[in-house]
Amino acid sequence: MAKAPLSLDELAGRYGPHLNYVPQGGWQGDSGQQPEKLVKTHCCFCGQQCGIQLKVRDNHVIGFEPWEEFPFNRGMLCPKGVKRYLQGNHPDRLLDPLMRTDEGFRPAAWDEALDFTARRLRELQEKYGADSVAVYGGASLTTEKAYLMGKFARVALGTRHIDYNGRLCMVSAGTAYKGALGVDRAPNPWSDIPAAEVIMVIGANIGECAPITTDYIWRARDKGAKLIVADPRFTPIARNADLFLPVRPGTDLALLMAMLHVIIRDGLTDRDFIEAHTTGFEKTAESVEAWTPQRAAEVSGVAPDAIERAAHWVGESRRAMLMHARGLEHHSKGVENCEAVVAIALVTGNIGREGAGPIMVTGQGNGQGGREHGQKCDQLPGQRSLTDPAAREHVAGVWGISPDELPGPGYTAVEIMNAIHSGEIKGLLSICFNPLVSLPDANFTREALERLEFFGIIDFFLSETAMHADVVLAGSLQEEEEGVTANVEARVIHIRKAVDPPGNARTDSDIICDLARRLGRGQYFPFREPREIFEELRLASRGGIADYYGITYEKIDEQMGVFWPCPTLEHPGTPRLFEDSRFFHPDGKAHLMNLAWRESGDPVDAEYPTYLTTGRVVSQYLSGTQTRRIGALVDQYPDPKLEIHPRLAEQCGIRAGDWVTVTSRRSAITLEAMVVRTIRPDTVFIPYHWPRDRSANRLTHRTLDPRSKIPEYKVSACRVERAAGPPEWARDRSPQLAQGGRA
Amino acid sequence: MFGMEFYVDPSRCIGCQACLKACEECDTHRGISMINFDFVDRKESIATAAYVCWHCENPTCAQVCPADAIKKYEDGIVGSSLKPRCIGCSNCVLACPFGIPKLVPEYEQMMKCDMCYDRTSVGKRPMCATVCPSQALTYVTPETIAATRREKPVNTFWFGNQKIMTKVYMMAPADAGAIAIDVADYTWEGEHEVVPQAF
Repeated sequence: MAKAPLSLDELAGRYGPHLNYVPQGGWQGDSGQQPEKLVKTHCCFCGQQCGIQLKVRDNHVIGFEPWEEFPFNRGMLCPKGVKRYLQGNHPDRLLDPLMRTDEGFRPAAWDEALDFTARRLRELQEKYGADSVAVYGGASLTTEKAYLMGKFARVALGTRHIDYNGRLCMVSAGTAYKGALGVDRAPNPWSDIPAAEVIMVIGANIGECAPITTDYIWRARDKGAKLIVADPRFTPIARNADLFLPVRPGTDLALLMAMLHVIIRDGLTDRDFIEAHTTGFEKTAESVEAWTPQRAAEVSGVAPDAIERAAHWVGESRRAMLMHARGLEHHSKGVENCEAVVAIALVTGNIGREGAGPIMVTGQGNGQGGREHGQKCDQLPGQRSLTDPAAREHVAGVWGISPDELPGPGYTAVEIMNAIHSGEIKGLLSICFNPLVSLPDANFTREALERLEFFGIIDFFLSETAMHADVVLAGSLQEEEEGVTANVEARVIHIRKAVDPPGNARTDSDIICDLARRLGRGQYFPFREPREIFEELRLASRGGIADYYGITYEKIDEQMGVFWPCPTLEHPGTPRLFEDSRFFHPDGKAHLMNLAWRESGDPVDAEYPTYLTTGRVVSQYLSGTQTRRIGALVDQYPDPKLEIHPRLAEQCGIRAGDWVTVTSRRSAITLEAMVVRTIRPDTVFIPYHWPRDRSANRLTHRTLDPRSKIPEYKVSACRVERAAGPPEWARDRSPQLAQGGRA
Repeated sequence: MFGMEFYVDPSRCIGCQACLKACEECDTHRGISMINFDFVDRKESIATAAYVCWHCENPTCAQVCPADAIKKYEDGIVGSSLKPRCIGCSNCVLACPFGIPKLVPEYEQMMKCDMCYDRTSVGKRPMCATVCPSQALTYVTPETIAATRREKPVNTFWFGNQKIMTKVYMMAPADAGAIAIDVADYTWEGEHEVVPQAF
């Protein structure tokens, strides 16, 4: 059983997170020496994938230098990018495979760890069936690794259950765009943003979660563009909004439907475009007919005249962009929310041109590339459907297997955890995923992990989830293996290898291929380096929606990235989609949808009267496995705080700095109150990057969008009370922080 | 870099602190950040401000230094204190009208922004202005700033009767009316309770 072998405190004492403040060689020592080489590559963190140069000396990354020639970010970086290099040479780094013992973990030889992993996976499959083991992947992996994970699950293990942590990120937007436009991608390159006349940002904390995009929006404003921001919080970019819409959590759809209502009522639609290039307009129009601004105001808490104004600004412009991220998508109606945004763009003809389009702001590093080539439970490489016979035949042909051997679609990420909890799935192999921190209802996740009969993990640090593993295979950081990712614009970019993995750690793709060999399927995994995986990926994606056939590492370097689809070697790539108003459906048209309102899955009531919403802070990234180990980033925002409006704080008898207990229908956590006027008075906010009793995800619920299967992180019901004193985690946090300081 | 000037626009700042983190990566003061960063009043607003040294034409810090440790160079950059001269008295820390110099206890020396002399002197942009994701800190030509920004650069400051001209420019805000910063002011709870927005 995959219970943690020691107490979590004991494990944390040994494996961290500890804080690394100082570059290899010390501030005054070798780190200030000239590097042996500057490696042009990209940040390992968010979907912006900013260009950066890593300074390398003696096989260590010792610092960074901005990469000003890379056109997307032109040298700009956020604090995570600046300090990213400190995850290398880290005291917590796993240098050997670990096997669990009664006393904790012991280092093991690779043969032992890999043979054990292969044997246990096969034993479970022989005993309980092929689908009794599942694979978790991640969206920080390079596209080569993501492709390899999909192939590994289906060809080496033969399980239908593979999914990835992008399920917590892009699937609502992906489902909506695929359904409406026939393709899962932001239609415009970022260079289009400054050309917009109106930018509406809904549910996207651009300043903190996509920081360098701020400059693109400010450039548009400098040219006179109007900025509309819809969010329950006054996020950093809201300070310059021309119109701020303080939407109540879970009610974005009401706001968007009322905007559509006004656009149609007042004749702001582009009738020629609708007629020539879309289907389903009547359906959409009918579904928003009853959604007057007044009705939407009652639901969303946004004033009717502000809704009218937003609708007019967008509807009267033919260069309007609508940007959205997880704030819109992390809902049990996340797909409808995105469909409504796409519908506004379509009915006003705002698509396929510079400065016009619906824009999904992809959050994870390779959130775009990681979802295109087969680690999604229902997809094959090239954004192909796993249930499409032609797609199965094509990919099976590239892989050298019969289409009949390809399993069908499996469970999504949260459903896999549910199936582990219920005992249906007995074994799990996970890479680049920390579900104990990132999945909703963390106590449920912990119970599930404890029921696994075998749990293997590939990771470079011992994440909170990895503490439950039977075997931990010491893998590689992003800068330790070459590959490609696709950034937020679907620009395929080149991740260059800067250093070798330290100690006995190995590259991720090497580990996966070795494991496949030990499972007796080595003939399908002959790859000696990532380039060989990429060559096969090009073929597997050929003719698909996300067609990479015309992309090579060299072409990426020459062009500073290649936007897919890129079907031939001569093709320059496709920065902007739909320029000819042809959409990716067989009929060439965009499909407008019926929109239907429904309540969120965890409604407020007398006992839990307050809305809870969760999100990120600028100095931390996702589950924090990397960023909670970097001293300068931890110092910036050491522990989660509860953002609460003074009006609610007063009602609850809470003052700034008080310890408060937040209780949901799942659990309760205690944290410090930050009393601010920058949030709705009926809503509180907690960032989610922390584990255990600081974990916002102990409070969130497992309701999923029925189509995208994304959890509803952005709205839960809770109550807030003043706590008697600090929680246990706050009493013992000082020693760890005290290890910091300058060297 | 020839022809480039430094512009600070707090209205662009998103409070990410990339400048603060990047500054300590600079080669002349490794591990020590020279950026001045503040949350203006976090309870009331998300406004943040990041500043570098303003590099005054007649630097008050140098005028009050009893050890003659602070020098202004030919290109208008006012350097950190000279280590052999600085006596750590903090006169400059107290006198600077902008609150820029800091006494660094480990070195018993005043240190402040020198506009990345190691970088700007060889044609590179300062580290903070290079990485700043909102370009609240930016290092470009006056022509570029005039052509691309709606705010206007200003480099004359009055502190009571003291007029200070600086090398670094502040972008003065665009013409705007009062802007409510309390979300409750925007929240609709009935016909008569919404504060009109400033647009």
